[in-house]
Amino acid sequence: MTDGATALSAPVPQGAAFTKPVPEGEPILQIRDLVKHFPLTQGVVVKKQIGAVKAVDGVSFDLRKGETLGIVGESGCGKSTLAKVLMNLEPATSGSVRYKGEEISRLSGAALKAVRRNIQMVFQDPYTSLNPRMTVGDIIGEPYEIHPEVAPKGERRKAVQDLLDVVGLNPEYINRYPHQFSGGQRQRIGIARGLALKPEVIICDEPVSALDVSVQAQVINLLEKLQNEFELSYIFIAHDLSIVRHISDRVGVMYLGKMVEIGSDLEIYDHATHPYTQALLSAVPVPDPAARQVRDRIVLTGDVPSPADPPSGCRFRTRCWKAQERCAIEEPLLAVPSWLDGLAAHESACHFAAEREIEQSAAEREIEQSAAERGAEGGTEAETERAAGQEDGSADGDDAR
Amino acid sequence: MPDQEKYNRSDPMAGAGDEDEEMQSAVESRTLDLGTMEGETLIKAERLGDHPETPAAGEERVAPRSLWQDAWRDLRRNPIFIISGLLIVFLVIVAIWPGLFTSTNPLNCDLTKSQQGPTSGHPFGYDTQGCDVYARTIYGARASITVGVCATAGSALVGTLLGGLAGFFGGWSDSVISRVADIFFGIPILLGGLVFLSVITIRSIWIVVAFIVVLGWPQLARIGRGAVITAKQQDYVTAARALGAGSGRLMLRHILPNAVAPIIVVATIALGTYIALEATLSYLGVGLKPPTVSWGIDISAASDSFSIAPHMLLFPAAALSITVLAFIMLGDAVRDALDPKLR
Repeated sequence: MTDGATALSAPVPQGAAFTKPVPEGEPILQIRDLVKHFPLTQGVVVKKQIGAVKAVDGVSFDLRKGETLGIVGESGCGKSTLAKVLMNLEPATSGSVRYKGEEISRLSGAALKAVRRNIQMVFQDPYTSLNPRMTVGDIIGEPYEIHPEVAPKGERRKAVQDLLDVVGLNPEYINRYPHQFSGGQRQRIGIARGLALKPEVIICDEPVSALDVSVQAQVINLLEKLQNEFELSYIFIAHDLSIVRHISDRVGVMYLGKMVEIGSDLEIYDHATHPYTQALLSAVPVPDPAARQVRDRIVLTGDVPSPADPPSGCRFRTRCWKAQERCAIEEPLLAVPSWLDGLAAHESACHFAAEREIEQSAAEREIEQSAAERGAEGGTEAETERAAGQEDGSADGDDAR
Repeated sequence: MPDQEKYNRSDPMAGAGDEDEEMQSAVESRTLDLGTMEGETLIKAERLGDHPETPAAGEERVAPRSLWQDAWRDLRRNPIFIISGLLIVFLVIVAIWPGLFTSTNPLNCDLTKSQQGPTSGHPFGYDTQGCDVYARTIYGARASITVGVCATAGSALVGTLLGGLAGFFGGWSDSVISRVADIFFGIPILLGGLVFLSVITIRSIWIVVAFIVVLGWPQLARIGRGAVITAKQQDYVTAARALGAGSGRLMLRHILPNAVAPIIVVATIALGTYIALEATLSYLGVGLKPPTVSWGIDISAASDSFSIAPHMLLFPAAALSITVLAFIMLGDAVRDALDPKLR
């Protein structure tokens, strides 16, 4: 915390403190025990706190330079709140967020503004994230007005047109308004705005959930292209597991404000050890009708408990088929289970973490076989995409208008 | 970090080459390639299909424009704006230089001509006091338009400012401003007028304007507060905050343009009401008093003998209606021009 204290007292010179280069693969963003509680109050004049919605409750992970960290979980598990806290749009209740080793979660004023240059965001809904009364040129140029040191006045229009070109839009569109674009094009505008300040980290909060499947593929490909071009690190929040697998290097699974499992995409998708992850994965749509029939789906019973009153011990125990007495008493920590090895040995917050080897094998073999027949072994999401591309081929033309 | 280099479109594999070693790279890159190519086609289609005139387009064509410039370009071509604008310009000229339109003194009355109908040289006839109705209608424009425009501008300004601040900052400032607005909102306007204006003995247009502003701002404050709260919750405001925008920029660039439409509509309607309110107050004897000439005074004086001499009521009332209509049409045109979606 000493670093945090110095960051608080000494004002950070604009943009200078965060220019230190981070080598590829080293942590650029370190999140430790991040907590965000929204107080529940009662009373009109004298507000009394009667509880708190524990939207994010002790989340720790690292984002490494140049990687894409996918964060998945069902609605209401705290994914978007996590993004807002990381962006300093909501103050964290406790915990720390370090960017290149500097504590940034309690910054304000000029220091915060300097951090904002380096961490940007792409929003979920391209229909509400662009001001309907500003032209595209004004929207993408606004970052330069807020941070005049990034581009001198005379070069701003050129910079905006370059950005439009980078995201695959016609630079002539600079005077158009957002409603004159399709959803996919609007999302490209949103991405261009996020890129304007040349950030190193981009937090994508469900950037493709509001788009058509075919347009989703284009936007995902654009994000991948930009990552290579500008050496970006992404935190990619989504609830679509196939897309997260496609774009992510590592994946974190959230449940009720907690990170329950985190690991490389291979570790999570093929060697999941947390029951919740296994249940989530079993619900991924399978594009093959034959394989769909033999797959072993885990259907969770009951609803997600209220984040205002989460269960004791393990938060997933109320819906878990492995739950025992220990789960209600002792909260499992996110750590590598000592009894596992190989790809299964990655961080998982379960007392009984184990791969779902036995139940899965039959179904999986079937899927792999049918996939191999078409020469696309193991590429299930590639399949999905190709199928979607064919299905929506006719709709694609609409995007051009 | 490399600067924004132009993406090399001739090489769609550039982004797809070194993907995901664990995955079956052949399939992977083929699908990626497909997606990229699809994107390329779309971009080309966009460029060719949508802009047939672009190849010849020079740099001037893409000179950036702002919302207000666009709104002005739009307004200039809107017939409703032109008609209402010309009417308002005309009314303002009448209000400033009434002598240009009549040489008759509105206070120079001849009781022998009381309630006589239109005659040559006196197209609107005479009122009960034998004054020329045409001259009174022309001279009455000043008081009525001054009261209407100033009271509307005042209450819109105060209301938008206080309501906007309450909506933007929320919390305590919201509670205080909203409760104060409620108190003023609860005062019956006629009773309030009778009490306040009978206490003040000076009879001037500005006293009436001030009274209307004091009782009129809560209505606009409520509208403004609601509009600001709606606009504040939009993602584009969050996006601007994420870019590091300060409160001033958020309010002026993002929230105000998106919250101003309902305020304009309500304000233009209120303008008509305020002119009518001035007439009501004058009728009750607490507003303007003769020798001030106003449409309100004339309308209330004429209403007693409408069945005998309808022309006395008709002409000032028509002038009032045309004025109110002109301002409402102007407000409508401005609101539409500020909404790019309607363009």
